[in-house]
Amino acid sequence: MQIYLPIAEMSVNFLLILGMGGGVGFLSGLFGVGGGFLMTPLLMFIGISPAIAVATGANQIVAASVSAAIAHWRRGNVDLKMGSILLVGGIMGSGLGVWLFTFLREIGQLDLVITISYVIFLGVIGGLMFIESVRAAIRRKRQVRRRQHTHLWIHGLPFKTRFRRSRLYISVLPPIAIGFLVGVLGAIMGVGGGFVMVPAMIYLLGMPTTVVIGTSLFQIVFVMANVTVLQAVTNQTVDITLALVLLIGAVIGAQFGARAGAKMPGDQLRVLLAALVLTVCAQLLFDLVRTPGDLYSLGIVGAQ
Amino acid sequence: MIEGFSLAAWMFPVLFGAQPAAVAVPPGHDELVIDLSRHEVSVALNYAGAELVLFGATEGAGDVVVEVRGPRRTEVVRRKERVGGIWLNSEEVVFGNVPAFYALASSAPLDQILPPEELAQERIGVDHLWLTPTEKIADQEANAFRAALVRNKQRVNLFPAEPTEVKFLGNRLFRTDIHFPANASVGPYRVTVFLVKGGEVVRSASTPLILSRTGFEARVFDLAHTNGLAYGLLAIAIAVVAGWLASVFFRSKA
Repeated sequence: MQIYLPIAEMSVNFLLILGMGGGVGFLSGLFGVGGGFLMTPLLMFIGISPAIAVATGANQIVAASVSAAIAHWRRGNVDLKMGSILLVGGIMGSGLGVWLFTFLREIGQLDLVITISYVIFLGVIGGLMFIESVRAAIRRKRQVRRRQHTHLWIHGLPFKTRFRRSRLYISVLPPIAIGFLVGVLGAIMGVGGGFVMVPAMIYLLGMPTTVVIGTSLFQIVFVMANVTVLQAVTNQTVDITLALVLLIGAVIGAQFGARAGAKMPGDQLRVLLAALVLTVCAQLLFDLVRTPGDLYSLGIVGAQ
Repeated sequence: MIEGFSLAAWMFPVLFGAQPAAVAVPPGHDELVIDLSRHEVSVALNYAGAELVLFGATEGAGDVVVEVRGPRRTEVVRRKERVGGIWLNSEEVVFGNVPAFYALASSAPLDQILPPEELAQERIGVDHLWLTPTEKIADQEANAFRAALVRNKQRVNLFPAEPTEVKFLGNRLFRTDIHFPANASVGPYRVTVFLVKGGEVVRSASTPLILSRTGFEARVFDLAHTNGLAYGLLAIAIAVVAGWLASVFFRSKA
């Protein structure tokens, strides 16, 4: 069954898109990750232009994060003050990101920058996850205890404020910077950025793990909503039809994924996810260095 | 979506001249009459390309060449270069007035019925389209980029490389199928038929055709391009409602 995507202006197989949404949703439920970093490359692999893949991915992430954010909110796992400060950075970052996106698209380097960003991030994250899960397996045998509060250079920064929910008294600058970075990534890569934000909140800010996921989801919902609107206004690259089919698949897939995940041991899951991330990374890297079949390609005209 | 048609239904108006789309000259002077099975193709949610039938009649012998030309648009051709092991776009050349779609059909191999000079003069075929860069560049470069433009268009079937066949039914009536791929641009098209005799185009007739978005597709596209803010907010509203529904539905199940 073919459906015509109004913004991408192409005909795609409905079941393929639904299946992709379902597959990524399954993985995100299984591993507890957003899945944007897999969705965007997959859309690109089936021939959807990177500009549309990224902007539509942002829209789909809003849907995926809303339901998770609601669940965390109900359990009181959102630090609203921290979330708002992250969001200040996130809004600024995503604004800059969309501007950069538009500029790169006009000079014909957008595809390249998106692909390189993915190769770098997937490579680093996949590599770190791999090392971490191997270490975790070793650490379990030795039982090393970590100190609760380490004094980092971050604690010397000005504009300190109290985050009661996170039991922290730190400067607002690091959260703003983290939010900003994640906002830029979200706009250019079409990812929620949880994979960057969560470790940063735990290791850099020292937030308790109970509020980390809920707070990052809170910020992701609003930042990706901002990306969606900005992309729709400046580039007209958000495809509602595509996003809708993807999210139907993703929502259903995530439920099955979460159930499957409960039956599998965590360490094995992490090794699997690391392998998956590294595979996508390798495929993208291969596309960058392989001699293209045709050195010439058609592009879009900047001013139209 | 393949347009079903009945031969009789089409023969009738063609034979008896009931309001054909294009009528040329008095009878006996290389008359050429053509019409399409429909003049409007609607691009809706289930659009996956379209199939049209062109019908026509000539006065006696001769060959027929059919040209389908899509709306004009500006195209950018970019060339990749290897920098530090990575392929990236470097040079770019802009072409104005490029037909979004260009297809030919003929009743005999093109090179057998028309000499190259005549093809050039009548601008038939992608080699003879007026494809000139908007900025002046060296001829050799212009040629390389022009060839790349045609090649890229051919690869996605927007410039079908091989002409399709025009079939004669007897020696006066002819028909051909026109296929539009799903990626053909929306806009005004023109179908032109050339009547060829003795290596020369003796007459031509043309008829318009429009590809337009309809229903849901049209509304989504228009909103996205006229009011991006409303479109973006709508996209978010859909996402939020879908996410919320999912959380309600699966919570009650769990």
